[in-house]
Amino acid sequence: MDTATSRRQEPSVRIPKVLRAPDGNRETLARSVICLLTLVTLLAALASLAIGPIAIPVLKLLPQMATQLVSPGDALPQDVSMRDWIVVKDIRLPRVILGLLVGAALAVSGAVMQGLFRNPLADPGIIGVSAGAGLGASMFIVLGGGVLAPVASLLGIYAVPLAAFGGGLVTTLLLYRIGTRGGVTSVATLLLAGIALGALSGAVTGVLVYVADDQQLRDLQFWGLGSLAGSNWEKVASAAPIIGTMLVLVPFLARGLNGLTLGEAAAGHIGIRVQRLKSISILLVAAATGAAVAVSGGIGFVGIVVPHLLRLTIGPDHRYLLPAAALLGGVMLIAADTLSRTIVAPAEMPIGIVTAFAGAPFFLWILLRKRGLTGL
Amino acid sequence: MIDPFRQPSQGRDTALAVENVTVSIGRVAIVRDVSFHAHAGQVLAIIGPSGSGKTTLMKAISGDIAHDGRIFLNGADLRGLGPEPLADMRGVLPQSSQIAFPLTVAEVIGLGVPGHVATRNARAARISDALEKVGLGGFEGRSWPDLSGGEQQRVQLARVLCQVWEPVPEGASPRWLFLDEPVSSLDIKHQYQIMALAADYAARGGGVVAVMHDLNLTAAFADTVLVMKQGRRLAFGAGEEIFRPELLSRAYDFPLRLVPGAAGDRPVIVPSAGASFS
Repeated sequence: MDTATSRRQEPSVRIPKVLRAPDGNRETLARSVICLLTLVTLLAALASLAIGPIAIPVLKLLPQMATQLVSPGDALPQDVSMRDWIVVKDIRLPRVILGLLVGAALAVSGAVMQGLFRNPLADPGIIGVSAGAGLGASMFIVLGGGVLAPVASLLGIYAVPLAAFGGGLVTTLLLYRIGTRGGVTSVATLLLAGIALGALSGAVTGVLVYVADDQQLRDLQFWGLGSLAGSNWEKVASAAPIIGTMLVLVPFLARGLNGLTLGEAAAGHIGIRVQRLKSISILLVAAATGAAVAVSGGIGFVGIVVPHLLRLTIGPDHRYLLPAAALLGGVMLIAADTLSRTIVAPAEMPIGIVTAFAGAPFFLWILLRKRGLTGL
Repeated sequence: MIDPFRQPSQGRDTALAVENVTVSIGRVAIVRDVSFHAHAGQVLAIIGPSGSGKTTLMKAISGDIAHDGRIFLNGADLRGLGPEPLADMRGVLPQSSQIAFPLTVAEVIGLGVPGHVATRNARAARISDALEKVGLGGFEGRSWPDLSGGEQQRVQLARVLCQVWEPVPEGASPRWLFLDEPVSSLDIKHQYQIMALAADYAARGGGVVAVMHDLNLTAAFADTVLVMKQGRRLAFGAGEEIFRPELLSRAYDFPLRLVPGAAGDRPVIVPSAGASFS
């Protein structure tokens, strides 16, 4: 009788037919998408190295990059121009690597937060975590030479990322406390609290503007919209260990986040240590968001658009969603960055403007489509 | 009426023993000093009016909320059991469930399949078997949000079944199904189908504890019944001891009478003639 019912009813509208395995298992599809994304990431990275105010024959430089890795002092071969090599090595390559890292950090943080809060609208940028991280970073930029000088000199290049991490962590913990009652996270409370905390962080950052000098002001302005301009190997070195650690650890959360889709109680029933899962997730998200904000400012919407697109394609299984989000986040960010530094060349547009132009309408679209599901 | 604590303990390592359990939420005691035993191989139903503490009691034995008193599952104190060993001993069907993202039915049920079922084929086979059991064969590829409430409830039950698949694993203690209103959103056919499934799990040696609203289904399927009222245990005993009109009327503050059922031994409960509905 039931099979007759199932034959009569229309197939699901939420999962497009072509992407749906008849046995409900999307693992093969997910693996293929991840392979494809790996390839796309490599191609996008090469394209981003090649495109710019001067076009560079990147493929010709590839052997040189390999050689430099082995013996950095070697002279350049005849057919490689010194100018091209320096542009790639000192400007574009660190920028591409930083873009991949930041994009991965933002997209994976978004995916983890959405799994944790069980809501597709949770995103470090929207719920104020990025603003909190920005505040932490701003405090070090402005006060690092003054009251905070001893701490700043102790932490070296990690001072600003760590301060951003601290700001992000405090904001996330506050949000979780405010938004969760009796094990249930209220999304409306969460979003409203996020707006309030974001505004508060912004206000404090605004106060810092009055005590900042000119150089510090320029640095502060950079947080407003986010940018990868000024990327260098030092920034890569400060962000890579933190974001790298997060990317290595986050797959271990996948099973727990999958269980959490059933709700916190039911996740516990199937053997998941929910409290531990929540603590580790919050720590990792705050660390990665902090590191990303410290080197690139508040780049919005990557954390919401990327996981959502992937859920539509490969489904919400975090074992595949998280690595796929890391790749697609990186690709999207370097694509947006390439656009932002070519569209008004020789000037540069902050990358945050590009991601907001693409992301904000997308966010509204999800909001309208998902109104029933998000409980708003 | 039998009192399990006055009797010699009957196989503690195959039982759920609840001893003087009190559950408070804030400063209010929702469940007060409740004791009972459930044995593997039987269906125990917890009945009582709304707000009598049935679901809270269920949450306590599921390990969701803190309790005073002691709860033993297969002889082990619940407080000493972490989520992983507990997940191997019992599955819990929650009263209502929302799933955050549009998973397929197979993905939802797959969350219940334990990790030791390693191969993809073995997992797929168990998922299909579980769907057949709840009468949803062929639903693997359906999207969760598109299912009706009753279908969602049966998919959740299939997930729980997958978690505690063998009622008595080889060389180990029995497993348990804790069901909070398992048939509340089902039509009458599926109510009986699902209760028969639970009874079958018990017949194969597993333990079943179910919070029930429907007295007739309880009369038809429960071996033992715990009656709750205002957070306390009103009565506890075998079905035939509990299904007496004066006891049930007192439990629900509503005059009820029993009519002999078609099968003879299982009665049907109806309001008394002349009952006031005001």
